[in-house]
Amino acid sequence: MTGWIHPAAFFFIAAALLLFVKGKAKQGIILAAPALGFLSLLIAPEGDHGTTTFMGQQLIFGRVDRLSLIFGYIFTLMTFIGMTYALHLKDEKEHIAALLYAGSALGVTFAGDLFTLFLFWEIMAFSSVFLIWFKGGKASSAAGFRYLLMHIFGGLCLLGGIVIHAAGGGGIAFNALPHTGLGATLILIGFLLNAAVPPLHAWLADAYPEATVTGIIFLSAFTTKTAVYALVRGFPGMEILIILGAVMAVYGVVYAMLENDIRRLLAYHMLSQIGYMVVGVGIGSELARNGAVALAIANIVYKGLLLMGMSSVLFMTGKRKASELGGLYRTMPWTFRLFMIGGLSISGFPLLAGFVSKSMVVSAAAEAHHGWVFLLLTLASAGTFLSTTLKLPYAVFLGEDKKIAATDPPKNMLIGMGLAALLCVLMGILPGLFYRLLPFPAEYHPYTVAHLVESLQILCATALGFIFFLHKFHSENTISLDIDWFYRKGAAAFLWLAKLNKSFSSPER
Amino acid sequence: MKPEQIQKIKTPLIAALVLLAVVDIFVHGDHATFIWDSIPGFSAVYGLITTVLIIVVSKFLGHAFLMKPEDYYD
Repeated sequence: MTGWIHPAAFFFIAAALLLFVKGKAKQGIILAAPALGFLSLLIAPEGDHGTTTFMGQQLIFGRVDRLSLIFGYIFTLMTFIGMTYALHLKDEKEHIAALLYAGSALGVTFAGDLFTLFLFWEIMAFSSVFLIWFKGGKASSAAGFRYLLMHIFGGLCLLGGIVIHAAGGGGIAFNALPHTGLGATLILIGFLLNAAVPPLHAWLADAYPEATVTGIIFLSAFTTKTAVYALVRGFPGMEILIILGAVMAVYGVVYAMLENDIRRLLAYHMLSQIGYMVVGVGIGSELARNGAVALAIANIVYKGLLLMGMSSVLFMTGKRKASELGGLYRTMPWTFRLFMIGGLSISGFPLLAGFVSKSMVVSAAAEAHHGWVFLLLTLASAGTFLSTTLKLPYAVFLGEDKKIAATDPPKNMLIGMGLAALLCVLMGILPGLFYRLLPFPAEYHPYTVAHLVESLQILCATALGFIFFLHKFHSENTISLDIDWFYRKGAAAFLWLAKLNKSFSSPER
Repeated sequence: MKPEQIQKIKTPLIAALVLLAVVDIFVHGDHATFIWDSIPGFSAVYGLITTVLIIVVSKFLGHAFLMKPEDYYD
């Protein structure tokens, strides 16, 4: 050991301390853990730390390089923001689950071998499900079980893949993996499930909106983004990811257009954003991978901000359907303003985080001469602005005033949103500082006249289309069928068959 | 939104789009990757077309197949 402390250690120790500590000290601990984790990364020396031998294999708990560091920074930062947002909670259960979850995400990030990665991958699934279950009620319990089953399936694919890959002489070091062979393919399926790439995506939109008010903030930050990290590290330049990602970018937007549940709409839209990152990994050039990483970082911040906004609406009004909301800009003005900063960021407005990150992937697609990818991603950009930044806030904050009694949420929640909004602005106006942390050497200048003119045209055109079709945007009181239909209906059919079989077999035989 | 409010937003948006398309004439041409990069105002037209497409296609898919009453799984 060279004096390196694993940042996850602070999180796990804090989770244990919460069992014994109450009141103000508890609040200190949940903020101190991510703060100390972040500071420890600032002084972390690059290289492999915490290596040990287990069953003849070398395990590496702390591989510190530029790629793991930048994810470490954002995971600790976002935990700090999420904990600020959750500071008012009386019950420490949720904090413990969130700390274990965030800590294991850091464990995955700094794992230098596949076994260590798998270990933390599983702790992530088992700790995060409590952020869903703690909401209570039948819907959340069932969604949590479906979420867990899907992640157990993904985890088994990952473990099987690791064993086959290692037994075939591939070793267990976690670097770029082969693009063929059963072992690597199963590992890829495990990664794709956590990244929520269709058709392995339905768990996300199914479970996240059933999470607690503050739990969804952590859920949106870690599972899919550690998967993006694992894809950048393990499968750069794998061409099928370009197709999967481009389809995913559009898929998420279509479902976001139909959705009535305010947090599920944002969950569906996460798919669209992750699609861009998956495309970046698939293209695999240094610019494209930097774009995937930059977008993952920016997305953690502004998606967190958007979800904090909608969670605040749920918290203060008790309502979760767009069709039951409206006119909240008068009663929740700060929530509205902060939400819009997140909305304009995700849509790629100049001077905000999306403009300097999403465009990297789109430019990389252009550089690689993927015309149809460029067109699909541009379409998804219009869809992003339309669904997240026009349709949703219009329905919730403007639209028909339903005279709902509400106020802005408690101060700590507003501060959490404010911190995220501040980061969105800082990334947008000081992209140079942000780019300096990116893992690969690739030049990119976001503020060119061509890029500005092109982006503003798309944004103005989308706004015009929205105004033109405003009468079509009344929220409909429905749910949308997705891939989870197969296992939700399939499981029911299976049970029906099993019962049928029982009634035919007599006990005498 | 009232019709006069909508008009108040529509006019400046259309003006901005036309202005951007004009600026586009002077911007492009030096680094055309794709065939459409040399068409001034392409992004504006493409943005309008895709917006209409997204609205119409997702509504169609929703009403034809995907949207169900809320108690569908209960």
